[in-house]
Amino acid sequence: MENNSLISITDFSTDEILRVLEIAADFEKKPEPHLLDGKVVSTLFFEPSTRTRLSFESAVNRMGGRVIGFSDPNISSVSKGETLKDTIRIVSNYCDLIVMRHPLEGSSRYASEVATVPVVNAGDGAHQHPTQTLLDMYSIKKTQGRLDNINIFMVGDLKYGRTVHSLVQAMAPFNPVFHFVSHQKLRMPNEYKQYLDSKGVKYYEHEQFADLIPEADVIYMTRVQKERFTDQVEYEKTKDFYVLKNSMLANAKPSMKILHPLPRINEISQDVDSNPHAYYFEQAMNGVYARQAVISYVLGLKK
Amino acid sequence: MSNKKELIVSAIKDGTVIDHIPAKDLFKVIKILDFEHMPNQVTFGGNLESKSMGKKAIIKVADKFFADSEINKIALIAPTANLNIIRNYEVIDKKPVQLPDSVVGLCKCINPKCITNSEPMQTKFEVVKDDSVSLRCHYCGKITDSEHFTLL
Ligand SMILES: [Zn+2]
Repeated sequence: MENNSLISITDFSTDEILRVLEIAADFEKKPEPHLLDGKVVSTLFFEPSTRTRLSFESAVNRMGGRVIGFSDPNISSVSKGETLKDTIRIVSNYCDLIVMRHPLEGSSRYASEVATVPVVNAGDGAHQHPTQTLLDMYSIKKTQGRLDNINIFMVGDLKYGRTVHSLVQAMAPFNPVFHFVSHQKLRMPNEYKQYLDSKGVKYYEHEQFADLIPEADVIYMTRVQKERFTDQVEYEKTKDFYVLKNSMLANAKPSMKILHPLPRINEISQDVDSNPHAYYFEQAMNGVYARQAVISYVLGLKK
Repeated sequence: MSNKKELIVSAIKDGTVIDHIPAKDLFKVIKILDFEHMPNQVTFGGNLESKSMGKKAIIKVADKFFADSEINKIALIAPTANLNIIRNYEVIDKKPVQLPDSVVGLCKCINPKCITNSEPMQTKFEVVKDDSVSLRCHYCGKITDSEHFTLL
């Protein structure tokens, strides 16, 4: 890792992931409102993502830090053609940590190489979004009481969904069983299946999942975007296979929880929200603890 | 055979002969080694007869002994190339080029959404040695396979 940055979930060893999840649990139990006293964190959002930015800014504020930054590149020097390197070098002088989101893949890694302060990747295009993975793992651990031996159903767009790719990699050491539920055009890419094969992790692929729900410990729903289909008839025919409805949950395990990286469109029916299996709003709350943990860990304030 | 070749490409006293370059890749190799900015005497031979390759190319560079890191870059384009180290008209060492573990600033990343295609910065790849050679971008992680190598 360059200067303790967190760019990809694979920058952390399994032990480090476990440690960060413990730190997150500590923050949930015992807030530390003065941990970042006198510290400044920059949130540089080269593309807008209001939820992610607010989650990071909430994390910093809850620890007593200050936030500077921008949420819209059109009003910053970026629109005047300044290179990313120059922006990062200059902002490095103003803060103790940079949180950045950028539409180009690999931008955060490059930023971490030119920055003089740690960089936390808040999403670089379709590439990586490691704090999302950590909050997903935190949610699994908190609701299931463990990370080991979990039956995880991933539903929807498994081809383009970066959150499911990272989660698959990060959960692999914990002996999970994966069920990949998607239209055949949106299947989990081969590189991730080969990765699981190489680690001896079991996975199954399905085109529908209504009958399989009683097996699940976790159902991780993702959004299926219409634009992914060249054939709109095909989309209309199959889209309902990947929608979770309250009536499907009657025989679920009592401890089963439904996760979703949000925002959702219609892949989880509104009537699921009040079902005790629904966990996606609490999951978003866990994002603040996970980000508090990451920020304090990369700053060396928690070890 | 060897005498005939001598007529086409003259011998050098000291230096390096890069032999068995695929004929079609001669000019890429010239570009990678940046002969344009090298003061040494350089002789090229293209489309020469080769028993093993059909057509090959050869480059002779007088008074030049390449560092491994410098010469091994050509293995990406010309994996069959080998080096003859010449001292006083004698071949004192023969070795094939070796694929490097990483390459910096040589090729373009195939991913149009990669930061390296937008910023004025050097590309960086890990060399993946499978059935064929490919490059994994250090920044975006995407693989550029040998058919899509574009030299910078
Ligand atoms: Zn790239």
